[in-house]
Parts: sequence; structure tokens; C-alpha cells
Amino acid sequence: MNELIVVDKLVKYFPTGGGFLAGPKQYVRAVDDISFVIRKGETFGLVGESGCGKTTTGRLILRLIEPTSGKIFYNGQDITKLNEAQMRQMRRKMQLIFQDAFSSFDPRNTVFDIIAEPLRVHNLASGAELCERVAELLVTVGLEQRHAAEYPHTLSSGQKQCVGIARALSLNPEFIVADEPISAVDVSVRAQVLNLMKDLQDKFGLTYLFISHDMSVIKFLSDRVGVMYVGKLVEYAEKRELFKHPMHPYSQALLAAVPVEDPSERHERQILEGDVPSPINPPSGCRFHTRCSYAKPICAEEEPLLEDRGGGHYVACHVF
Amino acid sequence: MLRYVTLRLGYCVLVIIGVSLLVFVITHLVGNPVDIMLPLQATEEERAQLEHQLGLDRPLLVQLKEFMSGLVRLDFGLSWWQKEPALAIVLERMPATFQLVLWSFLVAGVIAIPLGIIAAYHPGSTLDRILTAAALTGICVPTFWVGLMLVTVFAVRLGWFYTSGYGTVRHMVLPVLALSIVPMGRIAQIMRFSMLDQLNKQYITTARAKGLDEKTVIFKHALKNAAPAVITTIGVDLGRMLAGISSPVEHVFAWPGFGSLILDTIQHQDFPLLQACVFVVAIIVTMINLLTDLSYGLFDPRIKY
Amino acid sequence: MMQRASAKSTGAYAPASAKNRAAESLRRLWKDKVTLVSLLFVLLVIFSALAAPVISPHDPTKGSITNRLKPPFWVEGGDPRFILGTDQQGRDVLSRIIWGGRVSLTVGFVCVAISGAFGTLLGLISGYFGKWVDTLIMRIVDIQSSFPGLLVALTFVMVLGPGMWNLIAALTFNGWMVHARMARSQVLSMRETTMVEAARAIGCPTSRTLFGHIFPNIISPLITTYVLEIARIIGAEATMSFLGYGIQPPQSSWGLMIGEGRVYIAQAWWLVTFPGVAIALTILCLNLVGNWVRTELDPLHRTRH
Repeated sequence: MNELIVVDKLVKYFPTGGGFLAGPKQYVRAVDDISFVIRKGETFGLVGESGCGKTTTGRLILRLIEPTSGKIFYNGQDITKLNEAQMRQMRRKMQLIFQDAFSSFDPRNTVFDIIAEPLRVHNLASGAELCERVAELLVTVGLEQRHAAEYPHTLSSGQKQCVGIARALSLNPEFIVADEPISAVDVSVRAQVLNLMKDLQDKFGLTYLFISHDMSVIKFLSDRVGVMYVGKLVEYAEKRELFKHPMHPYSQALLAAVPVEDPSERHERQILEGDVPSPINPPSGCRFHTRCSYAKPICAEEEPLLEDRGGGHYVACHVF
Repeated sequence: MLRYVTLRLGYCVLVIIGVSLLVFVITHLVGNPVDIMLPLQATEEERAQLEHQLGLDRPLLVQLKEFMSGLVRLDFGLSWWQKEPALAIVLERMPATFQLVLWSFLVAGVIAIPLGIIAAYHPGSTLDRILTAAALTGICVPTFWVGLMLVTVFAVRLGWFYTSGYGTVRHMVLPVLALSIVPMGRIAQIMRFSMLDQLNKQYITTARAKGLDEKTVIFKHALKNAAPAVITTIGVDLGRMLAGISSPVEHVFAWPGFGSLILDTIQHQDFPLLQACVFVVAIIVTMINLLTDLSYGLFDPRIKY
Repeated sequence: MMQRASAKSTGAYAPASAKNRAAESLRRLWKDKVTLVSLLFVLLVIFSALAAPVISPHDPTKGSITNRLKPPFWVEGGDPRFILGTDQQGRDVLSRIIWGGRVSLTVGFVCVAISGAFGTLLGLISGYFGKWVDTLIMRIVDIQSSFPGLLVALTFVMVLGPGMWNLIAALTFNGWMVHARMARSQVLSMRETTMVEAARAIGCPTSRTLFGHIFPNIISPLITTYVLEIARIIGAEATMSFLGYGIQPPQSSWGLMIGEGRVYIAQAWWLVTFPGVAIALTILCLNLVGNWVRTELDPLHRTRH
């Protein structure tokens, strides 16, 4: 089977409120029962507004945050059952590229130390071999050898992210979660970083979970796309299919917001009324119903389930 | 709120008992009071006799049980040195220390609070720098040495005051002055810091913009908000002073208070008296903590218990 | 991408290489004469402690009765051989101060080395692992901190007996809490950072994250604490030795000198004055240096105060 990651009914609630002796009074339902599959070699794009739970999902899959419930399967193995030591071994295969590369670095480390760290941690290389490997990685991400001795704060934002990518690659992972990797990169350089990521995927056969709120970037890089809203996965499908025929009203609004180059192809923006609901007290039934122009009475009562509407296009909606 | 206080009081009791037990066990296990009390040439017999007299030759658990049953009745036994009930001796000495400490803090506050406010009002000025330096110096200089210096100058040289003793106002001046130096420095520091913090806040700018006169701005607004931190500091320091920090000064001036009692207790290796002292200290200390915590709630309406 | 990077990285905003930072620090130090003098004084004290056998004019333990109680050389009756005078046994005060400094500094450094290491480790563990470990350790810190240090030290000494190593034990026992608090608060601020998350993501074991990444990044504010603690311990040692429970003769420490000289306060003021000045200046200068270290290592502090 070519399913690399299977996410099954993943849930994460964060406790909040409450005093020292009393228990938490409320929970932030950051990720509320989502299930999807990431295939080997593909880029699965995860979109949604800030606070929809996409970043948390990425962290959960890597078990950097512990799920409240649910399972995550990597190559058929349930990684939620692994202990700390086993998980550490697992991490060699699954890496993370951070939104803010610089804050993920130890400011006292040079670029060389940063890239070499994973190899040192897992005792995979040392001495001359280590230097060679780091040199290789620098070339792969398009940096120069002299950068190895520099401290990260002297690099540009694009270069910093390249260091982050090099670090993620050092262990030869199979799967990389890219959490908004270009949001903190200068606009003029973003395309280069994205192209680098695409090249790396072709070269090394990587699987990406690409998290972003930028639809145009998702359109460029993804093979399949999932849309999240207030902790729920509301729609996912092949990229072309989703962009051509978005079914969920929220996806429709999101896609309508993507700027289109060809003036003749431009269409009306769909402005959503109201505010994004709080994940502490989400609306009953379908979470989107409070802002949905197509809402029916059933939408407020019953939560719609993700269903295959044909050809691997999943939607959670009563109306469409 | 009531629930919180009750919980905390229970916790205080636990700490007091715990500390008393801890000191009891350690002193009885490791201490050697008999050796101190007897002259060097004492024989084994005499040592054994004294041990028996004091009840120290019994198994530890027995002694512990006796101590515990005495503790709940607040009976610490007779002081080995003075042959009087231990707790009574302690309580008898407390008023002298109270007197000393309270006057010291009064003097410290009267001087330090206005100076701290002034310094905060002119931050970075020469006056501010002098005051800050003075406050730091006050904190750094050893209290007992200040006492001795005061004695050298004002008692020995000038003869204005007594070198030691207790009874009249003239006896009190030098000890109070010596003891007040460190609190003066600390209060000045915290007053300045707190006040500066408040004066930089936006609501003060607003108050001034509204046209309020400076006096109201300072006293009615800034000072009111700066007060909690200062009061807390004063409270904690005062409590700790009562709990024995006054010892060196009391020693220098032969002031018959709780502080010098502690020193005498140590010197005489008087276990019952030590237990009574530790008990009183533990009460003072836990009470200060509780009152301080409660005072936060008093000052800050956002905190609810 | 590469060309742009070069222009940016050699641009004016990149001052932060270690060499540049050190040079700027020294420049600021030069301008701040007070701190500069303090630092020099501290270095002087350290130097004279280390070089005591060489620079001390006389043997601190030997004195002849004929030279008894000579005043400082500028006072009538003084002797230029004994610059600061002699004590009741004819020993040179200056020499005893130099050698006493050795003892006082040793106590300070040893105590802070041990309590600092222990306290920092506990603070790291407490802050990083949180939950019941944190609660437990912080509870102990709170309880132990609320008891006045002097009292704890006195009780210690009562049980173990006086002497330098027992004093070090007492002061170390009661000195770890502040380091634990400091380390913990630093770790807490680092714990939720992306850097720590990244370390986990690449598979760093906890020990490596804690000691290889977090600790080197928080060591700066810890150094301030260490310096200030050395100052405090020197003061505590002085008080204890003055009371007779610290350093014992024939060793000399500044506090002990004051204690011994106290009896002669009416006739020989210099016995009490000069050791006290040494203590006060050392503590004060260490505090000033500690404050300077704090502002140097934490740019935010600089702008606020």
C-alpha cells in the first residue's frame, strides 16, 4: 500500500482556565476528530485560517504534542503506542520545517552545528564524515560552504530557512511536515524556497504535509489539499478537483479569495459574515453554519460527516 | 476565600509541626549538649548522670513522643539553663524585640519612603543617583558593624548615648538606628522602583492630561498603586526581623530581646529553649507568608480566592 | 539569493559578534567610573587574598606583647611598621585583614560553587519537567526560604559546632534556593520556545536539550546571581564569625576580628573599624559589579533602569 501516514480520529483538547487545585474549567478543541491519509511521495496541503488547528495537526502527527485520543499510523505502524525512546528513533524518518527558522535555532550554534546536530544526536556520523555530510547538505539547499561557520543571525530569511531545510534533510527522512515554511521568508525569495522544496521532493522521494493559509502556495505545491475549519477537516480532494469544484461553502469562500492573474477569469469574492467561532465553545452541529449562507435547520443540529462524493473527493456538509 | 484561609492555616500548622520535629530529631541525633554543659574534666559518671537527668539517655522515639505530647499543649518543658518553662521565657523576651524592631521600621519608613518617591520622581538625576547609592550602601553594610561604629562615635567618643542596656529612650536610640539601616535601604529601593514603574504607566499620563495637579497624581494615583509592593516588602522584612535577624544588634547592645535569647540558647545548648524559639519563629514566619499572600488579594481586585 | 545575502550580512546592523560585544561592554564600563572602580576593588581583594603570603607585611598569627594595641600610623603613638595598628596580641591589623580576606573569600566562593551548582540543577529540573517535581521542589524552596538564614545557620552550628567547614556547610545548606528559583524561571521562559521544540523534533534526548541547549543560553543571568550571592555569603560569614560561631581562632576572618576587637572598643577603635570597612566595601563593590553584569547581559534591563 502506498499510504504513508494514516490519521484516524485524531483529537487534541487543550485544558484551560481553572485554578491550581480545581481542574481545568474548559477545553480548547484544537483538533476535533479528524481522519485522513497521506500517500507516499505526495504533497498533502493543509489549509485553513489561523487557529483552525492545522499547525496542531502537524505537531500531533510528529507526536511533538500528545494526542488526547486517536491513532496515527506510519507505514502501517501505530506510532501513538511508541515510548519515548522508540519515538526518538522514529523521528529519523519524520522531520519538521518550522515557520520561523531562526527561533528554532540555538542562537549559540553555528550553521554547521545546527545542521550537524541531528547526526550527532543519533550518532550517525562524526569527524571527517560529519563534515562531508554537512558540506553535501549545504550544497543541496543552495548555500555556500563558507556559511557553515556563520551564526544564523547573520543570514537572510531565505538562507535561514534553507538551513532549517538542510537540518530536516540531514537524517534522510521520508516524511516532512512543513509548517508555513515561507511565511517568515522575504516575499521576493519565497519562490526560490518553494522551488527548492519541490526539487528536493523529486530528488529524494519525500512526502510532505504542507501547512499554509496561503491558497496560491498550496495550489503550486500540493497534490491533494485538505481544508480545516475550527478543528475539523471539512473537505479534502485532489488539488485540481478541489480548485475546480470546491463543494464546502467554506472552501468556496477560501478559493474565491485567491488572486487570479487573468482578468477574464476573475470572479466575485465571497465575503463571509461574522467572526470565526471560538474553539472553546464551537457552534453546535456543523461548525460553519453560523457563517454559512446556505445553512439549513439540520446544519445547526447535526454534525456532518466526511463523505466521499466520488473520486476521492471528501466533503462534510449537509447541503452540498 | 474562607476555604482558602482555612487550607492555608492547616498548611501553616503542618509546617510548624514539621519544622519543630525536624529540629528536635536533628539536635537529638547529632547534638552534644552534655559535653558543652560539663566542664572538660568531667568524668563518664557525671556525664551519664547529667544525661539521665535531662532525659537524654532514653530511646529517641520515647523522647519524641514526650515532645509531641508537650507540643500540642504548648509545653516545651523547662529550660535547662534557666529552669523555667521554656515558652514563657521566650514570650517574656518578645516585647523587647518588638519594641526595637517596630521603632526601627518606623524610622526606616519615615526616611526611606519620601526619599524613594523623590528619587523616582527625578530618575537619573544626581539626587537620584546619590539616593540609590546610599540605599545600596545601607543594604550592603553589615548591621552589627554599623552598631559598633555608632557606639564608637556616639557613645564612646561623644558620650551622647549608652553603649548598651535597656530601659530608657537614650538606650534605644543607637540600636534602633543601627537596625534601621538595612530596612531603610530596602524600602527606599522598592519605593523608588515601584513608584517609577507606576509613573511610567499610561494612566498617569492620562491623569496629567486631564489636568490633575501633580500632588493628586502622585499621592492619589501613583502612590496608591505603588503601595502594595512596598507594604509587602515591609511586612516580610519586619517579620523576619522579629524572627531572629535582630540578633546581632541585640548582641552588640546587650538588648534583652528574642534575638539575644536565641544566641544564649545556642551558647548553652539548651534544647527545650531552642524548641520553644523554633516554634515561635515558625509561627511568625508562616503567618507572614499567609498575610502577604492574602494581602495580594486585598490590593489587586483581579485576584480571587 | 546569495548576493543579496552578502550585502545584508555585512550591513550596519550586524554588530553582534562576540568580539564586538565584548569591546562595547568594556567601552561602557570605562564610562561608568563607579562600576569600574568597584570591579578594580574586587579584583584587588581577590588578588590580595591569593597573594597573601607574599604581600602581607607581617605574620598575621604572631605578635609580641610589646606591640600591643598600637593605633594606625597616622595617629599619635602609631608605628609606621603597622599601618593600621595592632591588636590585643600585638598582631598587625593590615596583615590580618589581608589573610582574613582569604578566608572570607574562600567561604564565599566555596559556598556559592556548591549551592549554586546544586540549586541550579534543581531549578533546571524543576522548570523543565514541571508538574509534581516542580511543585515539590518549589514548595521546599518556599518553606526553606521563609526561615531567616541567620537562624538556620545558628541552629546548624549549634548542632555541629563552630568552625569554617561547618559554617560553609550551614551557608551552603541555606543558599541553594535562590539559584533554584533563578534557574527555574529562566528555564520556564525557554521551555516553550521553538528552539526546544526543534530539539525534540530532531530526536534530542532530554539531557542534551536541557544541558546542551537551554543551560548555555540561560547562564548569563545566573552569573549575576552567583556574584550577588558571594557578596551575601561574605556578609553572613562576617556576622556568624562576629558572634563567635563562624571562623575560629587562630584563623582570622574579618568578622572574627571585629568580634575579638569589640572588647577594646573604647581604647582601640581601629580593631573594629578597619575589618568592617573591608567587609562593607567588598560587599558593596561585589553588588555593584553584579548589577553591572546584569545590565550587560540583559539589554532589556539596561533601558529600564
